[in-house]
Amino acid sequence: MNIFSSWSLIRAFTVLVYLFMFLPVAVVILLAFNANQFGSFPMEGVSFRWFIELWHNDAIVRAFKTSMLLGALTAVISATLGVLASLALVRYDFRAKSLITTALIAPILVPEVVLAVALLLFLRWLEMPKSFPLLLLGHVIFTLPFVVLIVQARLVAVRREFEEAALSLGANAFHTFREVTLPLIMPAVFAGIIFAFTISFDDVTGTLFWKPGGVETVPTQIFAMLRNSISPEINALGAVMVVITVAVPLLGVAIARRMAAALR
Amino acid sequence: MAAVAADADAPGPRPWLLMSPALTAVVLLLAVPLCFILVYSFWLRTAAGGEQVGFFLDNWAEVLSDEFYRDILFQTLRIAGLSTVVCILLGYIPAYFIARSTTRHKAALILLLMLPFWISYIIRTMSWINILGVSGALNVFLLWTGIISEPLQILYNEATVILGLVHFLLPFMILNIYVSIDGIDTNLADAARSLGATGWQTFREVTLPLSMPGLAAGSLLCFVLGAGTYITPMILGGPRNAMFANLVFEAIITQLNWPLGSALSLVLLVVLGAVVVVYTRYAGIGQLAKSFK
Repeated sequence: MNIFSSWSLIRAFTVLVYLFMFLPVAVVILLAFNANQFGSFPMEGVSFRWFIELWHNDAIVRAFKTSMLLGALTAVISATLGVLASLALVRYDFRAKSLITTALIAPILVPEVVLAVALLLFLRWLEMPKSFPLLLLGHVIFTLPFVVLIVQARLVAVRREFEEAALSLGANAFHTFREVTLPLIMPAVFAGIIFAFTISFDDVTGTLFWKPGGVETVPTQIFAMLRNSISPEINALGAVMVVITVAVPLLGVAIARRMAAALR
Repeated sequence: MAAVAADADAPGPRPWLLMSPALTAVVLLLAVPLCFILVYSFWLRTAAGGEQVGFFLDNWAEVLSDEFYRDILFQTLRIAGLSTVVCILLGYIPAYFIARSTTRHKAALILLLMLPFWISYIIRTMSWINILGVSGALNVFLLWTGIISEPLQILYNEATVILGLVHFLLPFMILNIYVSIDGIDTNLADAARSLGATGWQTFREVTLPLSMPGLAAGSLLCFVLGAGTYITPMILGGPRNAMFANLVFEAIITQLNWPLGSALSLVLLVVLGAVVVVYTRYAGIGQLAKSFK
């Protein structure tokens, strides 16, 4: 029984699994720089032509703006609702609390397809056409549970005494929240905002149901382009998306760390 | 739940005020619409493309008796089940490795594990076309080595749908198992070793049973997420690999048959809901929330 060698096997297996997770995405980024006009192997040199073509493709630029606006609005609304609800759940005791906690988490327990159909039917019953606000409401409802879970976890760790001290010194509830509680939970709020933004920015399952005709987000645009065949343009768009959805949270983590460090 | 706030005696309306926006959103955008699915499923689609309001059992009769829907339901459960099993087989060892590695490595490995969550699902799914497609990396390589003379048709079947799902679901599995193993007191394994157990025995008798909650939570997430997808079969599957959510998409978006789509959505909701209920009976919902902390 050589422990060292079995540990090496475990490590080797782990490396392989990580490769499995990342290699295909690395290939997308690699092929985005392919000079070959069919966007496949073998590579025929490095070029930026597909990124330039993206920039000149109106449909893609429009989809990009839609996704950014949608993601940003979703994040702000979701975070606001989520923080308020978390405060109520952690700081107060009231009847039916566990039922309400479950209700707020429910949107991630319901399959997204069913959620999408439900919201769409309700809208149809109200005789309202599909629209951007519907898309926004849909994104808010399925990002909300993530914000609640993240902020709640942090809020539980913030000691009640800090708030009581502020209150006893004459601050009102709103002041206490703004000056004491909010700064203390800011890293979690920030994480919630980032989470909501990336989930919204990436979503395709619900978006395909809710989007009005003619409106595309980046993922639905990619989905539509895939219908023809895989082109180097898709790989380039994929590469841009990977950079955005990875860079935004990484930047977020760095900022949240700095915030957390400043609090110590 | 047990945290009793200072003003618990008389919380007044404040918690309800704080909660009302989120609660209104959940009620208006989830609870009420879900009731509408039920109501719509009893309506009837007319030849003109509208709906006839009433109480008709036609959609339910069609959905519950037609073998086509039953076959697709079983196919969906099979694909999601197999994907979950593959996720366990691929995910347990890395999760163990992360939990037992040194602090410095651990942070990097976890950060890497979070990356796939941020990389778009659709891009991760379509990336396999670059690898397995007719002019993908694998075929180009095999042609170049001379092992094959014609490109292999390896895409667009059930295996590639499962591959795509595993690729999407694996991080959820690893993360959940990791959280569970990381919470195990290492003294327990040491105690087992000092009492004469071998490394394998220690794992089988101590670590594995104690990591079951994470394994169960990860499996639940993978199964439910996998069984509810329609994008992966559309991108990586062939015409025969449709899953249940594809039927819903087809009915609602393509055929505009809202009553039928409603009945199909409800079937999916009830089947997956039953899985969640069985799980919560045995494990409790709290385990799922742990990976957020």
